[in-house]
Formats: sequence, C-alpha cells, structure tokens
Amino acid sequence: MTDIFLLAVDGSEPAGRAAEFAKARAKAGGARLVVAYVIEWSPYTFNTPEENEERHKRREEEIAKAKGQVLDPLVAAIEAQGLEVEGVVRHGNVAEVLSGLAGEKGACQIFIGRKGLSKVKAMLFGSVAGTLVQVSPVPVTVVP
Amino acid sequence: MKKLFAALTLALFWTPAALAQETQERGIDTIINEAVAPISNFIVGVVFYSVPVFGVDFPLIVMWLVIAAAIATIYFNFIAFRAFKHAMELIRGDYADPKDAGEVSHFQALATALSGTVGLGNIAGVAIAVSIGGPGATFWMILAGLMGMSLKFAECTLGVKYRNEYPDGTVSGGPMYYLSKGLAEKNLAGLGKVLAVFFAVCCIAGSLGGGNMFQANQSFQQIVNITGGETGFMADKGWLFGLIVAGIVGAVIIGGIKSIARVTEKVVPFMAVVYCTAAVIIILANITEVPAAFGAIIGGAFSPEGVAGGAIGALIQGFKRAAFSNEAGVGSASIAHSAVRTKEPITEGLVALHEPFIDTVVICTMTALVIVITGSYSNEAGMSGVELTSSAFESVFPWFPYILALAVVLFAFSTMISWSYYGVKCWTYLFGEGQKTELIFKLIFCIFVVIGSSMSLGPVVDFSDSAIFAMAVANIVGLYFLFPVVKRELESYWSRLQEGQIKRYRTTWLIHTD
Repeated sequence: MTDIFLLAVDGSEPAGRAAEFAKARAKAGGARLVVAYVIEWSPYTFNTPEENEERHKRREEEIAKAKGQVLDPLVAAIEAQGLEVEGVVRHGNVAEVLSGLAGEKGACQIFIGRKGLSKVKAMLFGSVAGTLVQVSPVPVTVVP
Repeated sequence: MKKLFAALTLALFWTPAALAQETQERGIDTIINEAVAPISNFIVGVVFYSVPVFGVDFPLIVMWLVIAAAIATIYFNFIAFRAFKHAMELIRGDYADPKDAGEVSHFQALATALSGTVGLGNIAGVAIAVSIGGPGATFWMILAGLMGMSLKFAECTLGVKYRNEYPDGTVSGGPMYYLSKGLAEKNLAGLGKVLAVFFAVCCIAGSLGGGNMFQANQSFQQIVNITGGETGFMADKGWLFGLIVAGIVGAVIIGGIKSIARVTEKVVPFMAVVYCTAAVIIILANITEVPAAFGAIIGGAFSPEGVAGGAIGALIQGFKRAAFSNEAGVGSASIAHSAVRTKEPITEGLVALHEPFIDTVVICTMTALVIVITGSYSNEAGMSGVELTSSAFESVFPWFPYILALAVVLFAFSTMISWSYYGVKCWTYLFGEGQKTELIFKLIFCIFVVIGSSMSLGPVVDFSDSAIFAMAVANIVGLYFLFPVVKRELESYWSRLQEGQIKRYRTTWLIHTD
C-alpha cells in the first residue's frame, strides 16, 4: 500500500516551497499526494442579508478561483512528473479542515509552509501551521 | 411609470423641506411633523381599529396576532419546547454537511435575522410597554414571546421552502413568495397573489416606518439626552442627525461600502452582550428586590393598579410590544432566513424558533426587569421609551447612558440595514428585479431617515407600528392555509430524525476533544 501525503497550499510563496519539498519526499518514497486548498471560513460570523443572499455565488467563485489559479496548475505540474495526485478545495478553519482531511484520505503526513510570523503577529493573527501542529492526528512537516 | 413615481415621491417629501426654509422660525422639524402626521394618523386609525373589551380599546390586530400565535403553538404541538434542544444543535452546526461548508450556515441566517429584530424594540419598546401597562405587561410580553416562537417557526420554514433560486446562485424568499406560490398549490392563486402584493406594500411601508423612522427617531432622542437634553446643542437638530445617518446608511446600501456594515455586524452582538451583562449586574446588585419585582410582574399581569384598562390594558401593551419587537407573524424575518443553505426547510424553521426566544424572552425581559427593579417606571417626569430605560440603567451605572446611546445607535443602524433589505426585496417583487429599481427604493429609504429623525415620538411609533402590523394581516391569512404544509414537513422530518436517518456530521469535520 502506498503512503499518502497531504499537502496544504494557498498560492503563497511558503506554500510553493512546501509543495517542492512534498514532491521530493513523495517521489523518494513513492507516495501519493493529496493537494488541499482550504479557504478560511467560519459558520459563526455575522453577515448582512445581502452577503447571505449572494453567498452561494461567492462560494462558487472562490472555489473556481482556488482551482483555476492555484490548484489545477499545481496538480497538472505534479502529474507531469509522474506522481499520483488529487486536488481538493474546502471551506473552513484551515487547521481543522486539514486534520479532518488527513483522516478522511488516510494521509500519514501533512506538509505545510509557514509564513515565519513574528511572535507578536502570530499571537494577534494566529499561526495556521502552529495550530495544525497542535491539532493534527498525524505528523506535520512545517516547511520554512 | 417608475420614473413618474420616483419624481412624485421626491416632490412629496422635498416640498416640506423647501417650505421650511421660508419659515425658519417654525423649525424644519415642526413642519415635517405637521406634513406627515395626518397621513400617519389615517393609516394608524385603519390598522389599529379597536373594539371595546371590558371597557378598554382592544386593537383587533393585536388579537389577530395573539390568536395566530396560540393556534400555531397548539397546532404544532408545542414545537418550541419539543425542538428547543435540537434547534440548538442545528445552530451549532452538528447536522451541517461538510460538503456545504462555505455556504450560509444556520447560525449566520439566525444572526442576520436577529440583527434585524434585536434593536430598539428591546430597549425603547419595552419601556413604553412598562410605563403604560405597568410591570404586569412584562408577563404578557414573555408569554407572547413564547407563543410567537411557533409562528416564527412556521413562517421561516415556508420562506425557505418556497424561495426563488436564481441561475446565478442568489436567492429571494419571504412571505411574498410563499403566499403566491404556496397558495397557488392549493388552487388559490388569485388570493395568494393579492395577499403577496398586499404584504409587499405593507412591508415597504414597514421598512420605512418601524425599520427606519422609528430607529432614526429613537437614536436621535438618545443623542439629545447625552448632549445636554432639551436645551442642548442637538435638541432641535433632528434633521441634521437624520442627514448624517442617511449619509452612512446610503454609503452601505447604495455605495456598497461593506466595511461599515461589517463593523456594525461585529459590534452589535458585542453590544448585546454588554447590554445584557449590565442588566444582569443590576439585577444581581438588587437581588433582594427580585422577588418583589416578580410579584409586581405577576400580580400586575392579572390585577394591576393604576393601569388604564386593568389586566387587559397590561396584556395589550405586553402583546403589542412583544409583537413589535420579535416580529413573529409579521413575516419580515422569513425574508432574512430564506438565504440559508439546507435541504430541509424545516431545519431553518426550527432554528428560527430561537429568534423570539432570544429577542423577547431573554433581552426584552432583561430590560423590563431593570426598569421594574429600579422602580424607574413610576417616574414623576412621565418618561417613556429609550429615556426611561436609560434612566433605569443610570440609577445604577451613572455612565451607562453613553454606552446605551452607542448601543441604540448601532442597533438602530443594523436594524435599518436589515429592513432596507426587506424593503428592497418587496420592492423588487412588485416592480421587478433590477439595479435601477433597487436604487429608487434605497434613495427613498435614505430620505425617510431624515423624516424619522425630525418627527416627535408619537406619530413615528404609531406609524411604524401600524405599517408593521399591517404586514401580519396578509401573512397570517396565508399562514392559516399553509400550516398543514409545515406540519407535513415537520412530521416527515421529525420521524426521520427519531429513526436516525438525519445524519449528524459533527465528528467528521470538526476536531473535538470531548
């Protein structure tokens, strides 16, 4: 049975480095890659009625954008290197969704980039990679 | 036709302003008052047609709402109590399909609808009820709130069931859609259409009245209170305040400046928490008074002293203010709830149960308790509305009027944003979807902010009451026909829930340590 690696991306530079690293690991170990783009979203926000009305439309747009600009090109590039790969877009709390996905897809490891926030910034805005390390059910590789 | 109408509207409402410049000495406020009061008085007379019951005038419309709420409570077999816990789980997202993450959640639909109802009704309306109806009005208000839950459940279920879903993914729902589509299914297409149009017309008036003028008026009163009262700088500057608020409202609903709305939507729940916390502190600080207060509330409900009309008088005030505050049976919230993403319309109805509960049974009761406990309702000065609530809180926290002023203005603002949406939906239902059509309504809406700030309390409250209650006439007639549809949905859902066919997802997408 092949190992499955979960790779988190968001189109940023650190995510690109994480992708490079995960690709190399997957190639070396003959693993399958699941590439996930999680759009930060919470079911507990306060919206205006107009926002609610247009929400479905916006969601479709967000998914299309994540796929078109980031996920699809990356998946194609990985496939071109002869690796088995699958792309997923989800909404939710990034760390929670990634942890859930690891369980759902049977991943044995998660790869994620980090932005390298200062202590103050991390405290104010929260660090996705930091949170993931705390909640993930499987080992997490944080790529600097 | 549309252009003509817009021009007429403008002419109608700008003439008084032009006149005002000629007669400076009489003040712009007085002139606007005089111009609008006769129209408002006429509408009020029609909607609040009263019959004498035991020597008191009982407005038929209040009876209409209470009977509907009572029938809904019995017909749905006390759904408010049966489903209270399940509704809580729905709001928490336990049954949300992870595949739908990113869509409007139950919580969001409820929060949006709540921000339209939690507002001045909870602060000013309660004070009016207690100052006229005595402490006993609180009892009837809570009872009306509890019964209203079943009515709200029915209308929000129908709102989702019969909403329009457009190809671009947006949705439009509310009584005008379930009245026309739902009754058409029962071969009553003609009646349905008439009711839907009547509802839409009243909703537009309600959005300009209770959803706009009342809000502008009461927040202006509050600003006057903290800037030196009747002799202060702001006392006769209602029009100025109105222009400022109209500018900000316009920036959001016409200019599409979402950031203002977003800030408000975040601050409003925070203010609600601050308000309730302050109320709880006052109640706790006067804990020894609480039994006496409850005594006054329950005693006053059945045999009040010094209240016009005795128990019936207290009952009318309580019911009226509860209905005005939580809007159960009015149909407005159904418009906001329709945006949720769910395969089961009944779930949104169940979630909506909590709306009258939070609004009336929790927040309104807090206000009433503070007013009763501090004894502020029996004031010499004849205070009412926000002023009374403010002085009740002030008697314990001297700085509270400033917080309250901020809360009132923010509540008023978010309520205006919600009601402008309800108005737009009804407007486009009548005149067709389109940017231009929407813009005309939004401009009218802003003009009414100015009018509302300039009028004295009486005509504004009466007009806003009458417009909002008139919506209930059409809505409840339709609801009686559609109750069986809701019951069928409910029974089907409830039995599937008991059999475990309704999937609980919670553990598959959230990490829980418990």
